[in-house]
Amino acid sequence: MTLNLVDAGAFEFSPENKKWAAEELKKYPDSYRQSCVMPYLHRAQEQNHGWVSIPIMEYIADLLDMAYIRVHEVASFYSMYNLKPVGKHVIEVCTTTPCWLRGSDDVAAACKKELGIGFGETTADGEFTLLEVECAGACVNAPVIAYKENYYEDLDEDTTTAFIKSIKAGKVVSCGPQNGRFKSCPKGRATTLKDFAPKELLKAQDSKGSDK
Amino acid sequence: MVKLTIDGTEIEVDTGSTVIQAAEQAGIEIPRFCYHERLSIAGNCRMCLVEMEKAPKLVASCAMPASEGMVIHTNSEKVKKAREGVMEFLLINHPLDCPVCDQGGECDLQDQSVAYGGGSKRTTEERRIVSEKFMGPLIKTTMTRCIHCTRCVRFADEIAGVPELGAIGRGEGMQITTYNEKEFKSEMSGNIVDLCPVGALTSRPYAFKARPWELTSTETIDIHDALGANIRADARGREVMRILPRLNDDINSEWIDDKSRHAVDGLTKNRLDRPYARIKGKLTEVTWQQAFDIIAAKIKKTDGSKIAALTGDLNDAESMYALKKLIASLGSDKIECRQDGSAVESSSRVSYLFNSAISGVDETDAVLLIGSDLRREAAVLNSRLRQNSVNRRMNIAYMGPKIDLTYRVTELGDDAHILQDILEGKHEFSKVLKKAEKPMLILGRSALSRSDGGAILKLAHDIADKYGFILEDWNGFNVLHTAAARVGGLDLDLTVSGGIESIFAGVKKGDIEIVFNMGADETDLSALSGAFVIYQGSHGDEGVRYADVILPGTAYTEKSGLYVNIEGRVQRAERSIFGPGDAREDWTILRALSDALGKTLEFDTLGELRAALYKEYPAFAALDELPSEKWCDFGVNAALLKEGFILPITDFYQTSPIARASSVMQECSGIMYDSPLKEEAAHG
Repeated sequence: MTLNLVDAGAFEFSPENKKWAAEELKKYPDSYRQSCVMPYLHRAQEQNHGWVSIPIMEYIADLLDMAYIRVHEVASFYSMYNLKPVGKHVIEVCTTTPCWLRGSDDVAAACKKELGIGFGETTADGEFTLLEVECAGACVNAPVIAYKENYYEDLDEDTTTAFIKSIKAGKVVSCGPQNGRFKSCPKGRATTLKDFAPKELLKAQDSKGSDK
Repeated sequence: MVKLTIDGTEIEVDTGSTVIQAAEQAGIEIPRFCYHERLSIAGNCRMCLVEMEKAPKLVASCAMPASEGMVIHTNSEKVKKAREGVMEFLLINHPLDCPVCDQGGECDLQDQSVAYGGGSKRTTEERRIVSEKFMGPLIKTTMTRCIHCTRCVRFADEIAGVPELGAIGRGEGMQITTYNEKEFKSEMSGNIVDLCPVGALTSRPYAFKARPWELTSTETIDIHDALGANIRADARGREVMRILPRLNDDINSEWIDDKSRHAVDGLTKNRLDRPYARIKGKLTEVTWQQAFDIIAAKIKKTDGSKIAALTGDLNDAESMYALKKLIASLGSDKIECRQDGSAVESSSRVSYLFNSAISGVDETDAVLLIGSDLRREAAVLNSRLRQNSVNRRMNIAYMGPKIDLTYRVTELGDDAHILQDILEGKHEFSKVLKKAEKPMLILGRSALSRSDGGAILKLAHDIADKYGFILEDWNGFNVLHTAAARVGGLDLDLTVSGGIESIFAGVKKGDIEIVFNMGADETDLSALSGAFVIYQGSHGDEGVRYADVILPGTAYTEKSGLYVNIEGRVQRAERSIFGPGDAREDWTILRALSDALGKTLEFDTLGELRAALYKEYPAFAALDELPSEKWCDFGVNAALLKEGFILPITDFYQTSPIARASSVMQECSGIMYDSPLKEEAAHG
């Protein structure tokens, strides 16, 4: 996490976002306007290519009648707000215990090797930013990478390298488990609760034929 | 009221008290870092954990409301262990740099670590290092020492009203900083140094200057504004090293503003330390005897009625009284204390006092500020009003040019005619005043030093009369002075009709040939250039420019003297150090001069002087008492001017000879003041 504030040009919500912001604010009582700070920061980060600048914080503070430092406190508390510019592609690697037990060290190493950067860094061409994040909440498919609102799961060194290569090639692999698993169902054939198993799973397994 | 038992003592406390407050009442000390009685409760340091019977875990006594039948133990084995644990956690990342830390010797963490700590540490990990933060010219930061109590953040939000401090990051990465590392722009910023329980925030001007055990403390009174804040002057040898606030709930609670605190280095700079006389057009060092001889020769040649005197903003009552006596003995009654040309008159005390008392702002429910820039004229009072305005949401209206007072005010406009409308009930705000139970108005210097000041005074008087400002136990008519000596001067009746302008005019016409100027530096004195001017004061400032003889006097820390604050409360300042060089206490200079003139004053000691003063002006004998004055008629009926109010203080940090001599104040003025007010003033 960085605590540096990087200044940037002036900021204003786009016309669509302005409309959205006005609607969003209606969710909160007038005396609790500042509760809207987090959705606003998120939307502004989206609009501003993935990071929150000083003008954004001040713009939002003014919108919500907050002191600038209060917005900065919120923005710096949550690691999901980037306080310095990020690359076009932000790769977030989960390294919390379940992912780590399942080999997130290999995943991280593969990312670093493939991209040539460490955690918290951006490639020289401004394409990739690699971030280490706390639990992504997908431990059942550990280890996990979050990229553009999607999770890439059940990774190992090779699939991670392939995943990053696919981004570079402009044809991103489809999200979800990368080891042939169906969602979070057991790898291989369902052995119990067959009646409850999703049809797609049974179909997929049938088409592949018997594992045994 | 609720009853609870703490350490076996049954105690009754107000409903709504917390356990820590109850313990305090019972005389039981509970260690704490984040809790402070004048700030909101944070409950994050965990040092105040106590054992509560029937509770599964220890509770934070600062945040636990006292309730009926509670049984609390503050020194059980469990509590002792918890304190050791909390201390150990706090010290994990706290550097062991006490020998080079300015807080050493007066550090809460140091003291409590000795009293409640475990005595050893078990960690070998690296400590966290935090970069220093810039917070302005007065605050030195060593953020590695910070224990995240957030007292400073709460002070900025709640007391100073300048929410520029905050805690960014989270967990171990949490850091206290100002927004974007800009300076903490508050007149009250120095107080966070006092609040900081560790050495994270220390005083920058005082850095590495002295250790607390080397200092001699003197309890005295501040003179940088007219509130009479209670302060403590800490001196080492012949130098005052620092000024700290003293607790006085009626005046300054426990805060002082940055000027009172940090102008102290001005006491050593630009001082007049020996007598001077203008010989052949050039100021030349002379002996006391020579100076007196020159004055005596001049006075002997001059008729008594051609002598006038001016007194300054920082004078003690004794020296003003002595000066009045001296020029009276020479046959003159022209002595004036209103340097700013204020229209206040000395005839009735109620017309120039802050009658509701400073603590009155805790009771009032509607405030009308008339041309008074509270933030710069009396910063501590402003923050008190702010706390009330935020906590009680009362109605505050302000009349004058747009300024930021740190709280919300209803802007009435910049025109004295609005007073007329309010009086006639035509204005929106008159409804608020009508409804209010204890309304108050504050007349600022800008309202009274205009040429129609008398008319504004009259209007304010009539508004007070009409809207029930004057009740049996309440007087909401308040005048806010900015000079520490002003109320004392008015009490001594140091006024001439026509004010200071009439003295200037007299000099021009030749009616006045000798002007005795005792410390008047706040106004353009070029009009005095035609007269023989004797300047007596502590600093080489505006007053010495036109002086023919200079007599070196002492500053407020170098003499014992009486000061009357805006409320009419008489307080005694005490001497902390001796004046530099040949400088003498002001009344002794006047006594010696009277001898040289053959008109010896009738007192040889300060005690005798005070006895004479009390006899003639009994009000001065009532030390530390709040007077209550009878309401009467005052002010003059006259036409109002069309122009708006011109706020007198454009630069908070440069309002007295001491502050102007202080390099710390000069730095503050440069860094902290990008006030639009200053620019406006520069553009006329």
